[in-house]
Amino acid sequence: MADVVQNTNVGTVPVKRSKLMIKLQNKSLWRGVVALIGFVLFWEVCSQKLYMGVDVPWIGKIPPPTEVYDEWKKIFFWPGYWESFYLSTARVFAGFAIAQLIGIPFGLLLAINRYFRDIFFPPFEVLRPIPPLAWVPASIVFWPTTEMSIAFVTFLGAFFTIVINVLGGARNIDIQYLRAAKSMGATQWDLFIKVILPGTLPSIFTGAAVGMGITWEVVLAGEMLSGGGQQGGGGLGFFIWSSYMGGTVAQVIVGMISIGIAGYLSSSFIRYIGVVSMPWRRLF
Amino acid sequence: MSEMNLTTPKMEKPTGLAMTMHQWKTALQTKTPYLMTFGIALWLGAYYLFVEGWELPRFNKLPGPVEVITEWLNPDPDWGMSLFTPEYYDHVTVSCRRILISFGIATGVGVPLGLFMGWSKVFRDYSFPILETLRPIPILAWVPLAILMFTGFETPVIFLATLASLFVTTLNTLLGVDSIDDDYFRAAKSLGSKQHHIFFHIVVPGALPFIFTGLQISVGVAWFSLVAAEMVSGEFGLGYLIVDSYMNITYVTMVIGMLTLGFTGWASSVIVRMVGNRMMQWRLRALALEGR
Amino acid sequence: MSATANTKGAISIRNLTKIYDPDGVNVMAVDNCSLEIAAGEVCMIVGPSGCGKTTLLNGIAGFHSITEGEIYLDDELLCGPSKPKAEQGADRMVVFQHGALFPWKTLSENVAYGPMVQGVLKKNEALEKAGHMLAEAGLGDVGHKYPGEVSSGMARRAEIVRALINDPKVLLLDEPYRAMDSLTKSIMHEALLEVYDRTKVTIFFITHDLEEAIFLGDRVAIMTTRPATIKKIVDVKIPRPRSYETLSSEGFRKLVDETKEAVHEEAIKAFEAGERELA
Repeated sequence: MADVVQNTNVGTVPVKRSKLMIKLQNKSLWRGVVALIGFVLFWEVCSQKLYMGVDVPWIGKIPPPTEVYDEWKKIFFWPGYWESFYLSTARVFAGFAIAQLIGIPFGLLLAINRYFRDIFFPPFEVLRPIPPLAWVPASIVFWPTTEMSIAFVTFLGAFFTIVINVLGGARNIDIQYLRAAKSMGATQWDLFIKVILPGTLPSIFTGAAVGMGITWEVVLAGEMLSGGGQQGGGGLGFFIWSSYMGGTVAQVIVGMISIGIAGYLSSSFIRYIGVVSMPWRRLF
Repeated sequence: MSEMNLTTPKMEKPTGLAMTMHQWKTALQTKTPYLMTFGIALWLGAYYLFVEGWELPRFNKLPGPVEVITEWLNPDPDWGMSLFTPEYYDHVTVSCRRILISFGIATGVGVPLGLFMGWSKVFRDYSFPILETLRPIPILAWVPLAILMFTGFETPVIFLATLASLFVTTLNTLLGVDSIDDDYFRAAKSLGSKQHHIFFHIVVPGALPFIFTGLQISVGVAWFSLVAAEMVSGEFGLGYLIVDSYMNITYVTMVIGMLTLGFTGWASSVIVRMVGNRMMQWRLRALALEGR
Repeated sequence: MSATANTKGAISIRNLTKIYDPDGVNVMAVDNCSLEIAAGEVCMIVGPSGCGKTTLLNGIAGFHSITEGEIYLDDELLCGPSKPKAEQGADRMVVFQHGALFPWKTLSENVAYGPMVQGVLKKNEALEKAGHMLAEAGLGDVGHKYPGEVSSGMARRAEIVRALINDPKVLLLDEPYRAMDSLTKSIMHEALLEVYDRTKVTIFFITHDLEEAIFLGDRVAIMTTRPATIKKIVDVKIPRPRSYETLSSEGFRKLVDETKEAVHEEAIKAFEAGERELA
């Protein structure tokens, strides 16, 4: 016999908890906080010189967090510190922007045009494995100023990553999209602007995020190796190196943390631009 | 109606050699290999012209391809470094040995760590924030600290390369575990697996593709960090060679160093990829069927 | 030759209610649903996408917890108020919608996996038995291949073998043939019918295809849109063994016509609600 049950209840039963309440009740979040506090405590305990003159191996030689904090309070008011911050960030974004400007078209050309790829990809692939820093001395020889040589190496570092990502992304565009567009009467230019470019955007941003990390590394290396090239500051890399030379290790750590923050902020910035420019990828 | 011969001729499976020859033959019939050779020739030609032929300003300070290649292949090199000098191989071996050690440690620690982080939510909740706080700090920023913490030249250099590799490997392994479809876990549990079965039969093989992508990146990162460290504070090695020849204005050796680095970097990447392919037969064959 | 009637695998779902809670907004997926499935019966669940059919399966299999109500298997409590989530086990084997054969194991290794990890058989014994069962299902030649190398039809059949080698009480299938073309599907149907005739295992089969349901099932339960409950149960009195010809028989066509409207009603409601798939 057929069973028929009446549908009595309403579909959804809205019981909203505020978003903040949900976040606060998140166990994962609290565990993370505990872990970070634990880490700092561990560092503190190991680096204090309380153990009868015998240092904890390795960590014992680093200044403890409390010292770093004191140092940071001092440095916070030095204009030189903020200048270094600004200089490094400016270098990073400049080199990064140039790499994007040249790399994205180059990558797209490689993806689209068979002949272009066959001709220009082999030299590209031969040069790519050479670590960017290995170019530094050659770059210094070639370019007239130190600033330009660092900029060139920065460019190289990001360039290779971006091109590879763009190439991969463009080639992965489902051919159905191209066919659909063509059947609707798209010209070559239309295809490029409306299908290939947006389709490659996700890869462009992935390449950008990775390239950003490499750019920071290279700028830092350049600043450490070549003394900064400016007076009074010379970038965060120079700041770290001169603090090390000057023996104020706590400053070194402040520098490290500053760069970490700067790197994180720049990556977040790129990611934010990515989210804004690709509204179709926002998940519900 | 005439009788048709319905028996098909017996087809023998082609040997591996025959298939390779066939692939080469068809490849040679397309334009691609010729264009590739043209591309390399174009680049080398431009390089030669700019530096040695026309001796353009700025370019003339660098050594040209002819100079580099003659030196490289010279049994008795003018500046002391060529394929025939034992010193050259000393530098190569030193750098390679360091890469082997740092990559080895980073993989040996990073893969289990990443697997465990993917596997246990509690462990990940505690360890991931620490990882993500340390990861944005560029490797080179650790140089002074490394020099302070460790004695000698070798250890700081290896420490830096290991650290860089470690971050990449751990993160990619973690992502690999995350990428495993929930259904596989459910199927495994329904089939009666215990925890250790799931770990070895599902988690490890499932994460392998991501792990190997990560390893390829990590080997590149290791080279990058190694070169940086060697340039700043080493005694031997290809990075040191480059800086040293720069200081001594023996630019030819410098270029030789750069090219050698390119080659070793490429070779190590290829080796990692080949090992990965061997371990992931299933993936190779599935991808082959898709025509990729 | 069909096996003697099966006495294991009777499922009793009583007053089942399931409320999901994504992002702090409660969503009732299943509302007070009751269903009795006899041992050895093929019970088909039909309904529009996203209506909560999979929730029933998840409850029986132990993948999710239930909010209210109870589920019994052969008079033993699987889950209820005291135990909201059933344990996953080899007595209720699942065949997944997108296929869950482990891609890194060959078909034989996949099939042998269950007995091996349960400790029932040693590795080479399990592989041997797997080989036999795959051959029975017509897959003897491809046991050494990986899932990525065989067609989806073969893979799905292998997955069913993987389930059956564990001698389960119940076989749970979650729209397994959904992604296949109708030609492959018809072959899958015949394969499943053949398996059922041989083993008489209780089958709980979710589908959106009414004809598939009536062709394969003993009883067809039609579910409403979310919050889901049973709208109508249809007894399929077509005798077994069934075959391809059954599809054009008068009895079959009559049943389809009678039940079509009920399903269509719910489909329209679901469409208008614009629900996103509940995964």
